[in-house]
Amino acid sequence: MKPSSPANAALHIGLFSFMIVGLVTLVFHATKDKIANNERQTLISSLQTVLPQDSYDNDLLNDVIKIQPYTIYRARKTNQPIAAIFISTTPHGYNGDIRLLIGINIDGKITAIRVLKHKETPGLGDKIEIKKSDWVLGFKHKSLSDMSSAQWAVKQDGGSFDQFTGATITPRAIVNEVKKTGLFFQQNQQVIFQ
Amino acid sequence: MANNTQTIIRNGLWQNNQALVALLGLCPLLAVSNTVINSLGLGIATTLTLVLSNGLVSSLRRYILPEIRLPLFVLMIAGIVTIIELLMNAWFYELYKTLGIFIPLIVTNCAIIGRAEVFASKNRILPSLIDGLAMGLGFSFALLLLGAFREVLGAGTLFSQADLLFGEAASHWQINVFDDYSGMLLALLPPGAFIALGLLVAAKNAISSKL
Repeated sequence: MKPSSPANAALHIGLFSFMIVGLVTLVFHATKDKIANNERQTLISSLQTVLPQDSYDNDLLNDVIKIQPYTIYRARKTNQPIAAIFISTTPHGYNGDIRLLIGINIDGKITAIRVLKHKETPGLGDKIEIKKSDWVLGFKHKSLSDMSSAQWAVKQDGGSFDQFTGATITPRAIVNEVKKTGLFFQQNQQVIFQ
Repeated sequence: MANNTQTIIRNGLWQNNQALVALLGLCPLLAVSNTVINSLGLGIATTLTLVLSNGLVSSLRRYILPEIRLPLFVLMIAGIVTIIELLMNAWFYELYKTLGIFIPLIVTNCAIIGRAEVFASKNRILPSLIDGLAMGLGFSFALLLLGAFREVLGAGTLFSQADLLFGEAASHWQINVFDDYSGMLLALLPPGAFIALGLLVAAKNAISSKL
């Protein structure tokens, strides 16, 4: 068989690319809405883990403001600000970034926190997941105004939050990040809700 | 033909098992096999990819110029995996989030381009589809054994998070093999995956030598 010319080869690659890209495009358009809907549902249900649905009446997903490094969802009831939900990332985990969802009431009390994403050690640091342990529930109703700055730390650092046996770095990273975010909220409430 | 089909199936499931004999596709194999359900999810996605890519390559084999066959295979496999990824993202969103980056990584599973090159580009469509299915099932079988082994040893459970694959009704399928098991971290981490795969290959060879 004689080898085919480069032009012929290019033509073949072109035709195949056209066909494959066409197929992918079709499937992309067929699934686009469904995927966008999935993502919206997931975001809404994760926001509702830190802030109950009946506590606000605005369109939470579209009432969002980005202030570096945070993404902030603003909850309102009859147009009065009632709480903010922060998506916040700390680089101080044992193994890379930990992404957190932190709900804070207008009075500074933590409504709840959840870990969205992490790569901590399975069996040790991953007790920060609600599926594995109820450690994150310990933040509920804690407030920066009720506790001194020194108390906002893990017990090993003289504070009042538990750490895990064999894993101090992970809880420390989270406690410190929640504290930092809380302070940011205290100082920037006007800007956030304007 | 019947005999031939048998050979193809035996090759895929046992003699030339892509994971245990050819040792292809280790990257997704080792990374995802920490629970039975993850293994099953990746196994299904890989099998589907193998069947579709073998079918596509085989049906277009007359139009594939030999000089540029590899880029064309890559193009077709990448397209198929992207389509599977989109479909999973739409219909099995929870599982998609867990398997995450490993779905696009199916593209890098050499077993798939291997079957395209060795089998599908030289055979008719039906045998190629059977080959893809048998190879995929063989790969899934190894993946499942590895997943079961690591999950039992690492966490003391089986079928945890079955709801990712089978919906809410399956959330109680979890079996606690040992009560009060503190877990064995090694089995869940990458080194444990290598050790478990080594044991599995050794067991396969021991059984093969007896047959």
